[in-house]
Amino acid sequence: MNFDFSDDQKFLKGEARKFLEANSPLGRARGVLENPAKGYDADLWKAVAGQGWLGAAIPEEFGGLGLGHLELCVIAEELGRAVAPIPFASTVYFLAEAIMLAGSDEQKADLLPKIAAGEIIGAIATSEGPGATTAATLQATVTDGKLTGVKIPVTDGDIADVALVLAKEGGKPGLFLVDLAGEGVAREAVKTLDPTRDAAKLVFKDAPARRVGAAGAGMELVEQVFDRAAVLIAFEQCGGSDRCLEMAKDYALERYAFGRVIASYQAIKHKLADMYVKNELARSNAYYGAWALNTNAPELPVAASAARIAASEAYWFSSKENIQTHGGIGFTWEMDCHLFYRRSRQLSLVAGAPRVWKERLVSHLERRNAAAA
Amino acid sequence: MDFNDSPDEAAYRQQVRDWLDANAPKARVAGDPEGGDGMAASKAWQATKAAAGYACITWPKEWGGQGGSPVQNVIFSQEEAKYPIPGNPFQIGLGMCVPTVMTFADEATKQRFVGPALRGEEIWSQLFSEPSGGSDVAGARTKAERAPDGSGDWLISGQKVWTTGAQFSDFGIVITRTSPDKPKHKGLTMFWVDMKDPGIEVKPIHQMSGGSGFNEVFFTDVRVKDSQRLGAVDEGWKVSLVTLMNERLAVGGQTGAGWQQFMEAARNTPGLDGGSALKDGALREKLADWYVQAEGLKHTRNRTMTALSRGQTPGPESSIGKIISAVQMQELGNTAIEMLDQYGIIDDPELASLNGAFHFSLMFGPGLRIAGGTDEILRNIIAERVLGLPGDIRVDKDVPFKDMPTGR
Ligand SMILES: Cc1cc2nc3c(=O)[nH]c(=O)nc-3n(C[C@H](O)[C@H](O)[C@H](O)COP(=O)(O)OP(=O)(O)OC[C@H]3O[C@@H](n4cnc5c(N)ncnc54)[C@H](O)[C@@H]3O)c2cc1C
Repeated sequence: MNFDFSDDQKFLKGEARKFLEANSPLGRARGVLENPAKGYDADLWKAVAGQGWLGAAIPEEFGGLGLGHLELCVIAEELGRAVAPIPFASTVYFLAEAIMLAGSDEQKADLLPKIAAGEIIGAIATSEGPGATTAATLQATVTDGKLTGVKIPVTDGDIADVALVLAKEGGKPGLFLVDLAGEGVAREAVKTLDPTRDAAKLVFKDAPARRVGAAGAGMELVEQVFDRAAVLIAFEQCGGSDRCLEMAKDYALERYAFGRVIASYQAIKHKLADMYVKNELARSNAYYGAWALNTNAPELPVAASAARIAASEAYWFSSKENIQTHGGIGFTWEMDCHLFYRRSRQLSLVAGAPRVWKERLVSHLERRNAAAA
Repeated sequence: MDFNDSPDEAAYRQQVRDWLDANAPKARVAGDPEGGDGMAASKAWQATKAAAGYACITWPKEWGGQGGSPVQNVIFSQEEAKYPIPGNPFQIGLGMCVPTVMTFADEATKQRFVGPALRGEEIWSQLFSEPSGGSDVAGARTKAERAPDGSGDWLISGQKVWTTGAQFSDFGIVITRTSPDKPKHKGLTMFWVDMKDPGIEVKPIHQMSGGSGFNEVFFTDVRVKDSQRLGAVDEGWKVSLVTLMNERLAVGGQTGAGWQQFMEAARNTPGLDGGSALKDGALREKLADWYVQAEGLKHTRNRTMTALSRGQTPGPESSIGKIISAVQMQELGNTAIEMLDQYGIIDDPELASLNGAFHFSLMFGPGLRIAGGTDEILRNIIAERVLGLPGDIRVDKDVPFKDMPTGR
C-alpha cells in the first residue's frame, strides 16, 4: 500500500507549477475572460504543448511521452490551480482518452500524434439541451456516415478541429468523429458562466462522421470516457479548490476589522477549516480515482464517481466561501475570486452534473451489492 | 501510488487471516464491555491477541508489541473487523493513558503497568474533564497539594466528570492544579492513580442514549506518592498534550450504522411511490454523499498511514475524521428514522429496523460530536495548527489561575 505520488511525480508537479506561475496564469485567464472572442490562450496552449503535457499519457509510438495517468493527474492539478484558459480537458481527457480506449489503429495513428504535438484541438459533444442526455432523449442521427443534429453546449466547440459526437445510428447510440472544418458543420459561439473556456452550439447537416468503437456502444463508451475524464477533472478541481483556500487564508491574515485580523475570528477560521476538510476528502477520493484510472481497476466507475462528487462539492464550497471571506472586494471584477467561482461551475457540469454522478454511483453500489448477495 | 497490498503486506495479511481464523471468536457475546459476560469476553480476546503479539502491533517488542508498521496495524484492524469481536474497553488506556505513562514514568512504573494493560488485565481511564470545563482542559480545578506530614506525598481533591469507563477502571491518569498562583497552563501536574484508592468515588452518569458509559469521579484527600507523578511539577500541560495528541488518532473511526446499512434498510422500506425507498432520489443523493465521505475518510487515513510509514508523525490533520464521521452518524441516523415515517419513532430493538442501529446512531451521535474535542474545538485545531491562523484571543493567558473569572 502506498497512498501517495512518487517523488518523480511530485517533482513533475513542482515543475508544472513553476512553469505555470512563470507564465502568469491568472492574467491569462483574465485575458480570455475580457476578450472571449479569443476562445483560448493560444500562446499558453503552444507552451504547454512544448512541455509535452498534451502527450503525457500518450504512448511514445504515437508521439507522446508514454508516462502514465498519474503524471497526467499532477499536471491536471496544476492546470486547475492556474485556471488555465486552454482546451486541455477537451483535447486530452476526452478526445485522446476516447481514441486510446476505443479508436481504430488508423484513428490512433492519425490523431494521437497530432494531439501530442498540440496541432489539433478536440471537443466532446453529448448535450443537446437542458437536462442530461440519455439514449431515450438523444436526437442527433448518423445515416450512411453523415451526421445531422444539434449539440449545445459544446465546450471548445468554436475552436476545436475535431469533435467526438454522440449520435444515433440505426436507432442505437454511437460515438463519432467529425471534422469541424469540414462540410455540413455550422458553429456559433455561446456565452457561458465561464468565458475563460470556449463553448459553442454546433449544427450538423450531413456532416461526414467516422465511428469510434463498436456500433451501438456509444452510451457505454461515453460513460467510460467520462469516468476517465472525471478523475482528471477532479484533480483540476482539487487544484482550484486548494488555491481558493490559500487565497482566503492569505487575505484573512492581512485584512483587519475591529482591530484584529479577520483570520482571528472563529467564524472565518471555521469556514476555512471546513474548506480544508472538504478539500482533503476530495483529494483522498481523487487519489483513489487516480489509482483506479492508472491501473484500469474494475472499481474505476465507482472511484471516479466518488472523486467527481467530492471534488465538485469541495470546489463549489471553497470558491463561494472565498468570495465571502474577501468581503466587498471579493465581489469585484478586478479580484480573481470569480475566476475560480466560474471555473468551479464549468468543471462541475462539463462531464455531467454531480446529481447525475450521484445517481450513477448509487446504481453501481446497488449492482455491486446485488452481485455480492 | 498503489492501493493494493505489497507482497510483504499481502503476506502479513495472510498471516493475520490464518491466525484470526484459528483464534477469533465465532459468535458475539451479548452485553456491553461495561460488565459481566461482555467484559469477560473483551478481556479474554485482548489476552489472546497479546499472547500472539497482536494487541499493540506498532509498539516495540520489549513492551509486548511487534515493532510493526502502522500499515500492519490497519491490516489487522481490517481483518479483525470481519469477526464478531467483543467491545473494546481498552482503547482509552492503550491509545492514550499508557503511551503517556510510557513517555513520562520511571522504568519501574513502566515495567509494572505496560504489560498488564496490554494483556487486558487492567483498564485505564483518562480523568481530564471537570464540571467547570472540558474543552478548556487547562482550566482544571482539581487540586493536588503536598501532604502536610512531610512525606513528599500528594493529596488530591476535586471532581472529574464524563470519565469513560471509570466504573470498571483499575487506574487512571489525572490532571491536577498544583500552583493556582501561576497562569493556568503553568500550574498543572499529572499523576497516575489507583482507582481503588481511598477517597475516590465513582458515580455513573445516565447518558441521553440510555447507557452509563461515563461517570463523575470525586476525589477527597486521595493520597498519592510523589513517584506517581508523570512529568515535572507544574509541567502537566505538556504531559496532557501527549495524551491529547494520541487521542486524535484513537478516536474517530466509523461507529454505528454506515451507508451500507442505510442502503439495505432503504431497499427494504416502502418509498413514496409505493416501490422501495431506495428509489427515492433525495435519499439516493444523501446516500451518495455519505459514501463519498466514508471513502474520503478511509483514503485520508490511508494517506496518513503512508506518511507515518515514511517516519512522519501524525499531525493535527487527523482531526478531520471525527468532524466528518460524528456529524454523519447523527445525520444518517436521523434520515433513516425519517425514512421509516411514523414507524421511525419506535426505538425498540425487537421492532426497530436493524435492531435499532439507526436509533443508536441518532442518540449517540451528539455524544461523539463532543467526546474527544467538540466540532468547534477540532475546527480551531485545523485552523490554527494546520492552516496557521491566529489562536483565539486568550483573555486568561497571563492571569494567575486563582484570579480567573469563572462562571457557574
Ligand atoms: C461520550 C463522552 C465520553 C467522554 N469521555 C471522557 C473521558 O473519558 N475523559 C475525559 O476527561 N473527558 C471525557 N469526555 C468529556 C469531553 O472531553 C468534553 O465533554 C468535551 O471536551 C467538551 O467539554 P464540555 O463538556 O465541558 O463542554 P464545554 O467546553 O463547556 O463546551 C460547550 C460548548 O462550547 C463550545 N466551546 C467551548 N470552547 C470553545 C471555543 N474556544 N471556541 C468555540 N466554541 C467553544 C463547545 O464546542 C461546545 O459547543 C467525554 C465526553 C463524552 C460526551
